[in-house]
Amino acid sequence: MTKYVTVHITPKEPSEAPPSAPASGEVCKACGKDLPRATLVAALHVCPHCDHHHPVTGPERVAQLVDEGSWESIGDQLRPADPLEFFDTRSYVERLAEAQSETGMSEAFLGGLCRISGRPVALGVMDFRFLGGSMGSVVGERFVRLVAAAAGASVPLVVVVSSGGARMQEGILSLMQMAKTVVALDSLTAVRMPFVSVLTHPTTGGVLASFATLADVVVAEPGALLCFAGPRVIEQTTREKLPEGFGRSEANFANGQLDLVIHRRDLKERLDRVLSLLEGGVRCSVEPARQDQEVVPRGGNPLTQAFARVKKFALVPWRRLRGRDTEDPREP
Amino acid sequence: MPSFPGVGYEEEIRKIQESLEALREREPSDAAWKTVQLARHKDRPQALDYIKHTFPDFLELHGDRLRGDDPAIVGGMATMDGGTVMVIGHQKGHDLRERQQRNFGMPRPEGYRKVQRLARLAERFSMPVVTLVDTPGAFPGVDAEEGGQAGAIATSLRVFAELTVPTIAVVIGEGGSGGALALALCDRVFMLENAIYSVITPEGCAAILWRDSAEASQAADALCLTAIDLIRLGIVDSVIPEPRKGAHKSHRATAKVVARQIEAALRELQSIHPLQRVAERRQKYLQMGSFTTV
Repeated sequence: MTKYVTVHITPKEPSEAPPSAPASGEVCKACGKDLPRATLVAALHVCPHCDHHHPVTGPERVAQLVDEGSWESIGDQLRPADPLEFFDTRSYVERLAEAQSETGMSEAFLGGLCRISGRPVALGVMDFRFLGGSMGSVVGERFVRLVAAAAGASVPLVVVVSSGGARMQEGILSLMQMAKTVVALDSLTAVRMPFVSVLTHPTTGGVLASFATLADVVVAEPGALLCFAGPRVIEQTTREKLPEGFGRSEANFANGQLDLVIHRRDLKERLDRVLSLLEGGVRCSVEPARQDQEVVPRGGNPLTQAFARVKKFALVPWRRLRGRDTEDPREP
Repeated sequence: MPSFPGVGYEEEIRKIQESLEALREREPSDAAWKTVQLARHKDRPQALDYIKHTFPDFLELHGDRLRGDDPAIVGGMATMDGGTVMVIGHQKGHDLRERQQRNFGMPRPEGYRKVQRLARLAERFSMPVVTLVDTPGAFPGVDAEEGGQAGAIATSLRVFAELTVPTIAVVIGEGGSGGALALALCDRVFMLENAIYSVITPEGCAAILWRDSAEASQAADALCLTAIDLIRLGIVDSVIPEPRKGAHKSHRATAKVVARQIEAALRELQSIHPLQRVAERRQKYLQMGSFTTV
């Protein structure tokens, strides 16, 4: 039996705002054209007019990439501490509480085991809104646990990076997270699982100078600022005028620092391709040769093999007849 | 704040307010700032000074085999305790001319690639690696960025993480951020009494958090960058004492104490199986950090 439901559609009220300001009051920061929030979200936060990639929050990024219902978070229970009792104009505790209430996140890094287009993956996502995506102890520890989970489950690791660098308020401990994350990557190498990092705007400082650039394949979104020292620091230190587009993805790509620059709309599909090709290599792997095992090289391509046969059956006896090649070791 | 019957926030609020007040009233001490100035003293012994006093047969090696030879990094082989060691360090320079030539001890990617090359060379011939850390940080410049500064530092970290030979770092002056850590991911990390080791320069930190780089002395205090702080935080294994009034008063005496500390650590590390050493180094860095669990 078919059931019918009556749906009442309330007609949309005409916007009372003047046409110069869009209904939502939002415009693209890059090109200045109208950009209602709904349009922006539907376009994965990429401006349909100028292709500017707007920032994406951690949870939104997870929603964009991950198959629904497959997210199983790792390290979610970790919370930041205040080891230095850091206090500048405000206390670190206060800044943390504010960041937590503004973003609804407990830290700048979200990690979890999940599926992307059906493929099991360990995914990490950083959120720039949370104290500039800076890497403190919790970010480091969540990364390490995610790597361990990836190695344990033998799944590839993907991290979408966005970070200003180390977290000053945790002082030297935050610097040590660079060492910690690099050391952790060993376990992934041991099980031969790939690590792909996706660099988004902005990725700078200690995060770029540690795990982010050590990925097997490093990709970036267009127009992202990716540099070790920020443009302002460089200008102040060297009094150099920075070239147009300095430190952007495209410049990094031209300088050979990136494998690919990928538009956000293609990211999911291209990630899948990168991972599938990387894992294809692992599939045909063999046991590495033992130290004591004698490895005899086999002939090369058919042409070389054919040449070797000709050499053996024709050239060698011919040479012997001519009295050369007397030192052939095969002779008794 | 919504109030529910039977739920009292007053106690919590009072506690938080009290600790906040205590923090606000904490008098910033300028002891840390004085240490910063000592660590940057122009006459303070630098890598080449320690090498001169400790390794008379030091043979400097040059170049990264890719692009150039960074004068901000010096490295080479020398004999210590009857065996060959690889010594690598930052060199800032003493007078203005040397400082300019050495780029004030701020390495470019070529420098970090030279470090990697020398470390791999050491690994191949089973030489322990000794590093002398003294840099304001990696060089922030357009050419350095275009040459892959971040990647060069990251790769250095990875190389040091994988070395199976004993590795010892001594922070002799300024341990400036990632540019310093790239030489300091080691089995043992020592620090001179008046050296500093920090995630960011006090000036840089003050410029960002106080929006005024003149607050550098407050930032130095807040960052906990002195040797004693680093011992407390478990980053450094031991502090090497300096002559009275600082290392610059006697290069020879300071170098002697440093050499003794390195020798002792070398003997201790060489008695451990290489794989055990790598595992312990790995464990040490994996445990660094401070957080809570809910």
